[in-house]
Amino acid sequence: MTDQTIQTISRDPAPTAPAHRAKARESTVLGLTRKDLTLLIVVAILTVFAPFILNPFPADSALAQFNAGYPDLMQRFVIFGIFAIGFNILFGLTGYLSFGHAAFLGVGSFAGVWMFKLLGMNVLYAIVASVAFAGLFSVVVGFVSLRRSGIYFSILTLAFAQMSFALAYSVLTPITGGETGLQLAKTDPRIFGQSIADDGNIPVPSFFGLEMRDSTTLYMGGWEFTLNVGYYLCAVVMLVAFYVAIRIFRSPFAMMLRAVKSNQQRMNYTGLNPKPYMLAAFVISGMYAGLAGGLMVSMDPLAGAERMQWTASGEVVLMTILGGAGTLIGPVLGAGFIKYFENIFSKINQATLEGWFSVFPDGLSDLLVTLVYPFVGKGWHLTLGILFMLVVIFLPGGLVQGGQKLATVFRRDKNANAVEGPAADQRSQAGE
Amino acid sequence: MGILEVRDVSKNFGGLKALSDVNLSVAEGTVHAIIGPNGAGKSTLLNCLVGKLIPDTGSVSFEGQSVLGRKPHEINQMGISRVFQTPEIFGDLSVLENMMIPCFAKRDGAFELNAYGRMMADGEIVERAEHMLEDMNMADKRKMHAASMSRGDKRRLEIGMCLAQEPRLLLLDEPTAGMARADTNNTIDLLKQIKEDRPITIAIIEHDMHVVFSLAERITVLAQGTPLVEDTPANIKGHPKVREAYLGEQSGH
Ligand SMILES: Nc1ncnc2c1ncn2[C@@H]1O[C@H](COP(=O)(O)OP(=O)(O)O)[C@@H](O)[C@H]1O
Ligand SMILES: [Mg+2]
Repeated sequence: MTDQTIQTISRDPAPTAPAHRAKARESTVLGLTRKDLTLLIVVAILTVFAPFILNPFPADSALAQFNAGYPDLMQRFVIFGIFAIGFNILFGLTGYLSFGHAAFLGVGSFAGVWMFKLLGMNVLYAIVASVAFAGLFSVVVGFVSLRRSGIYFSILTLAFAQMSFALAYSVLTPITGGETGLQLAKTDPRIFGQSIADDGNIPVPSFFGLEMRDSTTLYMGGWEFTLNVGYYLCAVVMLVAFYVAIRIFRSPFAMMLRAVKSNQQRMNYTGLNPKPYMLAAFVISGMYAGLAGGLMVSMDPLAGAERMQWTASGEVVLMTILGGAGTLIGPVLGAGFIKYFENIFSKINQATLEGWFSVFPDGLSDLLVTLVYPFVGKGWHLTLGILFMLVVIFLPGGLVQGGQKLATVFRRDKNANAVEGPAADQRSQAGE
Repeated sequence: MGILEVRDVSKNFGGLKALSDVNLSVAEGTVHAIIGPNGAGKSTLLNCLVGKLIPDTGSVSFEGQSVLGRKPHEINQMGISRVFQTPEIFGDLSVLENMMIPCFAKRDGAFELNAYGRMMADGEIVERAEHMLEDMNMADKRKMHAASMSRGDKRRLEIGMCLAQEPRLLLLDEPTAGMARADTNNTIDLLKQIKEDRPITIAIIEHDMHVVFSLAERITVLAQGTPLVEDTPANIKGHPKVREAYLGEQSGH
């Protein structure tokens, strides 16, 4: 079901045993096979050049509103990418569907802001603390929730998250800031930093002096490209997180997780205890969620309880399934896709549409605006919902499977399938 | 004392007495068959041995140690492996991966967190799994999706997976059920081979008398949850009570 299987499964008759043994000794770089390394390099190149790739339209053109290469949104792409990569380690490998992962993101966020308040504005404090606290919290939630499987597991995680959300708004207000959220103040101790910056304001998050909000804008012809410190920090963390996820996916641990998903009975009667494997997967994915929360507050040092709400947990489920659960790159694609819709599609308003359709005669223009309007602007959820349904029905392997199908159409070369091909393919077969 | 000792085991499901006062002793190094009509309680007895069910009364011990109260994976780690009535394999994994998992379980125990090593780079495990597949005559299928194999191959793989753990007691629940004659004969040969190659004790539940009489050194007949007789195959064949309770029923249709 996962792309792990690429290494070992194919529907073609197998070559002879000695050939395979040679493969077991296949040379690796950084512990990655060539295919995985290629994937990592491609992702690295795309993230590094994202400020250019995502800004294809000149700044003053009509299409400029489709540009996604601004720091705030790019940060969100990679942060939610991390969130989804981690979620996929649990859901993609074990099939256990958690509906409460936003709670870990929330815990990570609060831990991060507290580090800014207590220790100082170096994002390192926030990142380390967010991972640690989310990890601890997920040990507790996982320990209890994993006593059940299937729908009951999902409900237990949902209950935990909603409980945390409710507590954050009520009795935990001293820790979470309640309705106003947790904010920095000039009175915070910041024992390794300054309570008040030299300019008299609250200091801003930085990485050893490099301020997260610092940006350089390049002007090239009509194009504008913004290179932002915060984005590049998130991008580096995401690449490390992605690398670690690939290593996990290729490890014996991941094979055990897939074994749990495939047949827990056989697992038990093979002398293996599924519980600790599941708990480890749960905690690892909780730590990824916490890391995403820590990065979020590093970009904008403010955390609110709404981050823990069930809709936020549902969003990461959608991202993972939309992109392709169990594949390596799918969750990142899904995260990017949903965040793009949320931020770009939602900005198209009636006036924009009228502008586009003004070339048509009045009556037709009005009709088109009326027809299209429900799907854009505030209606972006509708478009996303339809898209999600189409993907689930026609591409059970998610966008990764879609990409792979396109690749085969264009290349007509089965051997050159996308790296993730077989997994998505299998997934679709399982879905049929 | 046998390697496996079952004493006065009873198990009720609601009002149904699936097992009542079952006593069974399996001698080390033998092939011991348990036969009996459908619903006699054979699978229930196995379930009580491997921790899937807990008997209402009685005791079960393996190599002198009680297995009751232990979890299935703990019982397995004691040295008991079980083949199920319908093959239980990891359908979503490749055949090679299926075989690697028991190899990991044998080497590393019930839990080992290795999230950073490369699975396919663990030469020892890969070699062992490959070797087991060759033994099972399945080396050519190693890249196949396990779920896509024939039932006979799945059974073969499951037996191989159990053997990869080097159990001291192998429990088989109707290994040839639903198999074609040729597959059945292959399975008989395979089990004979296994028995020849290693010091293992086998307890086998079987419906097919051809299989039973080709393999078993001792036979226990179970009917309605109670052992009727226990004897050598030759004696069982001629036993009037058995003919009536079991073999008679077989030849009757
Ligand atoms: N888990 C269970 N719950 C209720 N009844 C069961 C259960 N397992 C087996 N039984 C009943 O116990 C009896 C013995 O079943 P089983 O051990 O499967 O027989 P056999 O394997 O000899 O054909 C049958 O009547 C069966 O319906
Ligand atoms: Mg049975």
